[in-house]
Amino acid sequence: MSTFHLFAFGIYPYIALAVMFIGTWVRYDREQYTWKAGSSQLLEKKWLRIGSIPFHIGILGIFLGHLVGLLTPLEVWHFLGVSASAKQILAVVAGGLFGALCLFGLVVLTLRRLFHPRIRPNSQPMDIVVLFLLLGQLLLGLASIFISVGHLDGAVMLQLMHWAQSIFLLRGLTGAEYIVDVHWIFKAHLVLGLTIFLLFPFTRLVHLLSVPVKYLGRNYQVVRRRTRASM
Amino acid sequence: MSHLLDKLRYFQAQREPFAEGHGVTTDEDRQWERGYRQRWQHDKIVRSTHGVNCTGSCSWKIYVKNGLVTWETQQTDYPRTRPDLPNHEPRGCPRGASYSWYIYSANRLKYPKVRQSLMKLWRQARQEHTDPVRAWASIVEDPAKAKSYKSRRGLGGFVRAHWDEVNEIIAASNVYTAKTYGPDRINGFSPIPAMSMVSYAAGSRYLSLIGGNCLSFYDWYCDLPPASPQVWGEQTDVPESADWYNSSYIICWGSNVPQTRTPDAHFLTEVRYKGTKVISITPDYSEVAKLTDQWLAPRQGTDAALAMAFGHVILKEFYVDSQSEYFTNYVKRYTDMPNLVILDEEGGRLQQGRFLRAADLVDNLGEEANPDWKTIAINSDDQRLVSPNGSIGYRWGRPEGQTGRWNLENRDGLTGDEVNLQLSLKGNSDDVVDVAFPYFGCKEHDYGYFQHTEHTEVQMRKVPAKRVKLADGRDVLVATVYDLTLANYGVDNGLDDSNCAQSFDDDKPYTPKWQERITGVKPEHVIRVAREFARTADKTHGRSMIIVGAGMNHWFNMDMNYRGLINMLMMCGCVGQSGGGWAHYVGQEKLRPQTGWQPLAFGLDWQRPPRQMNGTSFFYAHSDQWRYEKLNMSDLVSPLAKKEKWQSSILDYNTRAERMGWLPSAPQLATNPLKLAEAAKAAGKDIKDYVREQLVNGELKFACEDPDAPQNFPRNMFIWRSNLLGSSGKGHEYMLRHFLGTKHGLMNKDLGETGEAKPEDVTWRDEAPEGKVDLWVTLDFRMSTTCLYSDIVLPTATWYEKNDMNTSDMHPFIHPLTEAIDPVWESRSDWDIFKGIAKKFSELTNGHLGVEQDVVTTPIMHDSPGEMAQPYGVKAWWKGECEAVPGVTMPNINVVERDYPNTYHRFTSLGPLMDKLGNGGKGINWDTKEEVEFLGKLNRVHHEEGANKGRPRIESAIDACEVILSLAPETNGHVAVKAWDALGKITGRDHKHLALPKEEEKIRFRDIVAQPRKIISSPTWSGLEDEHVSYNAGYTNVHELIPWRTITGRQQFYQDHEWMLDFGEQHCLYKPPVNLKTVEPILNQRSNGNKELVLNWITPHQKWGIHSTYSDNLLMQTLSRGGPIVWLSEKDAKAAGIEDNDWIDVFNVNGAIACRAVVSQRVPEGMSMMYHAQERIINTPGSNLTKTRGGIHNSVTRAVMKPTHMIGGYAQQAYGFNYYGTVGCNRDEFVIVRKMDKVDWLEEDEQTTDSLAK
Repeated sequence: MSTFHLFAFGIYPYIALAVMFIGTWVRYDREQYTWKAGSSQLLEKKWLRIGSIPFHIGILGIFLGHLVGLLTPLEVWHFLGVSASAKQILAVVAGGLFGALCLFGLVVLTLRRLFHPRIRPNSQPMDIVVLFLLLGQLLLGLASIFISVGHLDGAVMLQLMHWAQSIFLLRGLTGAEYIVDVHWIFKAHLVLGLTIFLLFPFTRLVHLLSVPVKYLGRNYQVVRRRTRASM
Repeated sequence: MSHLLDKLRYFQAQREPFAEGHGVTTDEDRQWERGYRQRWQHDKIVRSTHGVNCTGSCSWKIYVKNGLVTWETQQTDYPRTRPDLPNHEPRGCPRGASYSWYIYSANRLKYPKVRQSLMKLWRQARQEHTDPVRAWASIVEDPAKAKSYKSRRGLGGFVRAHWDEVNEIIAASNVYTAKTYGPDRINGFSPIPAMSMVSYAAGSRYLSLIGGNCLSFYDWYCDLPPASPQVWGEQTDVPESADWYNSSYIICWGSNVPQTRTPDAHFLTEVRYKGTKVISITPDYSEVAKLTDQWLAPRQGTDAALAMAFGHVILKEFYVDSQSEYFTNYVKRYTDMPNLVILDEEGGRLQQGRFLRAADLVDNLGEEANPDWKTIAINSDDQRLVSPNGSIGYRWGRPEGQTGRWNLENRDGLTGDEVNLQLSLKGNSDDVVDVAFPYFGCKEHDYGYFQHTEHTEVQMRKVPAKRVKLADGRDVLVATVYDLTLANYGVDNGLDDSNCAQSFDDDKPYTPKWQERITGVKPEHVIRVAREFARTADKTHGRSMIIVGAGMNHWFNMDMNYRGLINMLMMCGCVGQSGGGWAHYVGQEKLRPQTGWQPLAFGLDWQRPPRQMNGTSFFYAHSDQWRYEKLNMSDLVSPLAKKEKWQSSILDYNTRAERMGWLPSAPQLATNPLKLAEAAKAAGKDIKDYVREQLVNGELKFACEDPDAPQNFPRNMFIWRSNLLGSSGKGHEYMLRHFLGTKHGLMNKDLGETGEAKPEDVTWRDEAPEGKVDLWVTLDFRMSTTCLYSDIVLPTATWYEKNDMNTSDMHPFIHPLTEAIDPVWESRSDWDIFKGIAKKFSELTNGHLGVEQDVVTTPIMHDSPGEMAQPYGVKAWWKGECEAVPGVTMPNINVVERDYPNTYHRFTSLGPLMDKLGNGGKGINWDTKEEVEFLGKLNRVHHEEGANKGRPRIESAIDACEVILSLAPETNGHVAVKAWDALGKITGRDHKHLALPKEEEKIRFRDIVAQPRKIISSPTWSGLEDEHVSYNAGYTNVHELIPWRTITGRQQFYQDHEWMLDFGEQHCLYKPPVNLKTVEPILNQRSNGNKELVLNWITPHQKWGIHSTYSDNLLMQTLSRGGPIVWLSEKDAKAAGIEDNDWIDVFNVNGAIACRAVVSQRVPEGMSMMYHAQERIINTPGSNLTKTRGGIHNSVTRAVMKPTHMIGGYAQQAYGFNYYGTVGCNRDEFVIVRKMDKVDWLEEDEQTTDSLAK
């Protein structure tokens, strides 16, 4: 295990997650006026509609898939009677479908942001960086499908699960050992993913934490009490 | 503490549901509300207003927070009006509400700036010369150096400079120019003092003290209606907007009230609740058209035809078919209708000549004084010829015991007996004769756009006349103006005149049927509106009103449009009556405390007279527009005039006018006026006699005879409170070429290139000069188009950063501008800037200028005894037609002593002439010793040894305000009483009762800061500021019997100057627009494949700006289209394949515009409309025609002048600064419009662009 590998998959994840958590917290507390999705719908509607909806459906599907797939303990899968191989097939199929949808949307959104005469001048550099990060990450993810179909036993997937869970459970640097020998595409996918976490607080991606899900079930009228502290 | 932690209090969070769970009370964080709450918190509110020439003059609250201006809202503390009148407030509009944007915007000027190329030259020259004046000489005397910075004007490259350095450059340039060429080669242009009178006075005081020219603006803007001085002898006087509420019938004629008089429009809607009918007359479907009961849409430029038809109906129904007692009494007493006109026999036809005068009659009809200037009428009781009171001969130079006859009492001026003047000679005439009337409506328009009729160009009409024996033994026929007017309008007064109309359906000039062909308005609408208008006036004794905007005044024949509707008002007895009259609203021309301001503004407290120049003639001559003049006067004069008299070029007539003492000159003489004293001394002669002799023997010339000679260039130019080049500069591209000598888009060929006839009296130089101005200095708070072209740009305080005053004709209040915050960055108020320049100038005079004798020529001035100068005909002294007598047949020659080293001391103190000569205006004068003494106590006096020891101080802008307020009758009740008393001596009537109740009222600067104050009635205006009547023009003429300041002393239907007769304008009539010949040479010559339309060019006031101000303001840009636009009709656009928002080329030989099209049903076919003064600094691409950036609305215009406006030395037709003179009309212009081929933003580097241009 090289030092680089140890840094990339043992130390860097903690740095990325720490920056993400602390940075997000600081931004939420100090810069509330910057906490927004930064929608450009007022400037351009047609291509946004074409790109944004598939992109969001796709990326939400992928995000949930990764969350469930990587962080659910093996025991739960055993209990549910899902074999590693079946899980992998599920991951490949669902990931492929959502990935394709997301790719379509993302390409539309990227082209729109780069070339639309009203959107481009109204873009922050970070808006463009984020799109390319996501696009790169998505392409790596989709590329990994071709590797996965080569060995449908789910072994690599298990390695990745172990790594993710060890990071999540703060098991020190040991997690890096699980994935020493996985294909470089997976490794690149992981590093880029961590980088997205790292940059998360500095981008418009923070809006994902403020999805107004609450609105679905809230009371019709919400009255906020006036207290001394809140004034 | 933390937004995140607050979110995480799941267990503590309280949620109390109510209304069965439909609602819930929570204790969620509310800190975010602070942002909104603090948004509207502020530290203080300061009263100010916007000095923007919009007539609004609205009081605003300026909010200041943390030392920054945050926003503004409308003030609501105006004094209440009367119970029967709505209040004035709230006043304001979205444009004013967006003003604070400017203060901190990127467009704000923050530092003094100099163009890099000039700065390099200057610093280098200063290394070589310790004396700044010599340093300046070393630059401008080297043609290569001069060209190197002049040719960069308008092309960017400004660098920051320090105040000390820019003041030095400016002062050095002024000293050099005054010393080398004469102080009258230094010029300043600043408009509309009423919008910030101290700021105006700052520059004009400096210029006047050093002998520079202040250029007029009202005439240059073409807002000055020459019809007003012609008819009334009055520059402009109008009702306040509250008086609309007293009206019973209103015609909004070419005035888009809700859009251009936004804060006043409420009176127009409110009066409709009283049942007042409101008619709009506009060629386009404008905002006012939507507001009114009926909309008439005559073709633009043909309003006079409509007015003539209205007049025809009124005369026929209220004078001939039946008589209104009110109307008859009104026109008898208050108009020239009973006055007699001589009918001259020429070419076998009787033509209308001049007014019969006492001097024409045997023994001058017993009159001793001024018999040449006393007009004559017939007393109907005994059929005797009498000289009624009030004519101008009674105003001036009356011997002791004979004063006090200048009034409108119905009396014989000689005997004082009561008279009853005869309107019509019908029944008492010696004969009924055929008189020739010129007719212009038969002229075919070159583009076929304006329609003509088939009537002959001379119309013979029957007029009852009387035979009168003259002093020279001749028998002549005379007729009354009344009878001539009826005939002129084509109304048959029962004389069986087959050339007059028998019914409204006859197609004869000027019936309702006749006008339909020209205007497109249905005859029945004309008849109905005229009838209603007159009937209402008859029943209400004059409460019919016409609100008119300057659009109609922007045509070459504007006098006809205006006289047409003024005639209607006079026929119906509306002028001078509450709720009636002529409501002409243009710029903010009403400087209410004018007579208090004049001494401050023109340095009259130190030396008189000042140099004042009429703007139009100045710009026309010096930007060399005359070199391209293709308009022949002989095509425009009356068919009854001698055409051979009118073969010269327009500029010839202007130079003749200058030499005859009619119009002012700048520069004045073709030599340095500071050098003449020495020459006279050497010749052992009195300076004035010496100058007169030199002029007569031809040794000395007037500068106007050779405007292209380098010694006559306008070397220095100050522009402040103005955007001359981005807004009012007609002939923009000519200015860029000849004034500035830089890149321009002019495509015209001058008379040398086309080989046409050159001017006769003016020297033609084959090579046209470029870059005549050595130093162009502009003061502004924003980077305007004018700043872009200047050599030096000085950052001024905004309207929220300086102390000043503002008044309007729309309401009787005087408003302050106040310093809510200090001027930001390095900006300074105009007062402080000119004070700084004056100080530096005084320093730099050392070794160059000392106490100098300056020879100043002044024209024969209106409202002075001199206006009775040339009673008969036009005579040129230089041709030997008369003797050269200064002030009578030629300009006055004055010697003014200038103490150049003490300019600064004089600038900052009130001089001794106020004690010695007093103060006054409009021909009356009063003593001001008390006020000067008071100012010495209020402002304190200078104690230091020097030229101004013991004189009252004028150090700060507030000191200057106090000078104005203390000296003006409008703001100092004591002065008002003195002024009315002075007038009473001339009229023989007591007027003091108008001011006595307010004698102890004194308005100070802090008073108006506390609350808007109503001003006091003063004889320098013709209306009253009163608790019982709203301000209405002519009110004191009618109710106090003060004569109008015309030759007859009455409102004049008839004009009798020789040049007026030559132009056929003795009466109002219809004259079609003229062809300025700017389209043919280029139409379809430089095609880009798209169809080219030829459209009339109309430039009305903006919706999203006030002139050019606000047009570059982001908030207004957002409401508009964010760049230059031109409106087109749907049909025209379709024909040329133009869709809304397409880029278009708009051009003619004058220049080209690159902009977008607004395609709208609002616009009638054949018209293109560009809201005037859209800054060229925003979203303006290159023009495919000129290969430079597209121009402004004036890039396709050029000034032309009308000789009738040059007339002088003739009672009401005598010069006054901004009062009478040539005007810069521009609406007869046509342009070519086509879809743009390719939008080129000229973003290549400069060399590529330059090589492309080549």
